[in-house]
Amino acid sequence: MFAASSLTGSFTKLGTQFEAAHPGVKVTFSFGASSTLATQIIAGAPADVFASASTKNMQQIVTAGDASSPSDFAKNVMEVAVPPSNPAKVTSVTDLAKSSVKVALCQPLVPCGTTAAKVFSNAKITVKPVTLEPDVKSVLAKVELGDVDAGVVYVTDVLAAGSKVKGVVIPATVDASTTYPIATISKSSQAATAQAFVAYVLSPAGQSVLTAAGFEKP
Amino acid sequence: MITLARSSGLTARERARRAARGGASRSVPAPLLAPALVAVAFLVLPLAGLIIRAPWGRLGSVLSGSDATQALQLSLWTASAATVISLIIGVPLAWVLARGSFPGQRLLRALVTLPLVLPPVVGGVALLLAFGRTGFLGQYLDSWFGLTIPFTPVAVVMAETFVAMPFLIITVEGALRSADQGFEEAAATLGATRMTVFRRVTVPLIAPSLGAGAILCWARALGEFGATITFAGSFPGRTETMPIAVYYALENDPDAAIALSLVLLLVSVVVLVSLRDRWVRGGSAP
Repeated sequence: MFAASSLTGSFTKLGTQFEAAHPGVKVTFSFGASSTLATQIIAGAPADVFASASTKNMQQIVTAGDASSPSDFAKNVMEVAVPPSNPAKVTSVTDLAKSSVKVALCQPLVPCGTTAAKVFSNAKITVKPVTLEPDVKSVLAKVELGDVDAGVVYVTDVLAAGSKVKGVVIPATVDASTTYPIATISKSSQAATAQAFVAYVLSPAGQSVLTAAGFEKP
Repeated sequence: MITLARSSGLTARERARRAARGGASRSVPAPLLAPALVAVAFLVLPLAGLIIRAPWGRLGSVLSGSDATQALQLSLWTASAATVISLIIGVPLAWVLARGSFPGQRLLRALVTLPLVLPPVVGGVALLLAFGRTGFLGQYLDSWFGLTIPFTPVAVVMAETFVAMPFLIITVEGALRSADQGFEEAAATLGATRMTVFRRVTVPLIAPSLGAGAILCWARALGEFGATITFAGSFPGRTETMPIAVYYALENDPDAAIALSLVLLLVSVVVLVSLRDRWVRGGSAP
């Protein structure tokens, strides 16, 4: 199970529930930036299912012939995460354009980076980050450690981090979203189980876990 | 040096010539030859793969279009800075470990060589926890001087020094231990102060190992990835070193990744070859 980092909490839970419902099945996860995972799958990594944080990365592996007919299973919007003490007194996303605020973003071609860029263009601001991290969890880690004043992550990440970060909501008028598709990998040796897992994610039980984590319906 | 030549049929002069050449022999026993060839293949084939798959025709345009020149410049000067720092503070430490005698010496040596076995990312996390904005030292730097180290080129140099310095220390300590102290004692009896002895006798004596250690340190610093990306983050022109640039290019533009890798390989080979004869003469292995 190759899944985007932002799915870490919810998919681990889904995996446990799936294992309970299907005795004898073991679900193992490889979480990472969707772009990295897509590259690995195209290069032949042994994955059975791929859940991406953007349709673009899913399209890459479909074009390469490694998957077909993906289904959208969730949507995520961005939020600004700040350390609990909010050292730079960030109150809105436009504060990130200030040169005194140290911002961490995802690499521009990773889904969270692309979506953050959309937010900034919606808000008509230019943000100069101090670091471009490989995936959204690394951005979150930098915020949690207090080494940056703010990071742009998903709503689900802020929820998952609990008291370790504070969230600054981005108004719906400027916020950008990304759609999450899921598909089984053609080369998978466990096609039936893989299909069952995808079906579970799309089922009401699976969807309720995702909604509880902060995802929106696709 | 162990000579592998059969002693029968060689005159004393031939044997002496072989020993002077470093003990290289024409007859390698077959049980050693086969594994040696496997080792060579294992090390060389991936590099050959890099050279074969390179986009030779588009090399120029691929490199100019990416962060290549910025990343290369950053990598070169940070690795050199890390090596200089390692020489300045590492050689004295190596001397203390080799020549000193005090309680806890073995523990100190173990601690100092810990970065050699520690996963680099762990080193990066440790640096962050010590020198980050909320780190136990970093917080004072931040509140007293307004200085933050993470995400600056200084952080890159610090991360590279952390992982590479132990290589220099180990090499130099080994050389100091095996050096003939007779020369140093002679200089001392002739009236030289201890610093003069160190400067004009000890250092020239261990120069080949010092050079080898410095090259090793430089090469390790150049290739550092985990500690740098964790402690210094990554931003083109400021903290994005060549290895990080290759990592990111791999997803977006594999041809650029191969081209960048080739440049790194070329730089490394040029440095290693040009310095090898001068510093790594036979017998002075780390």
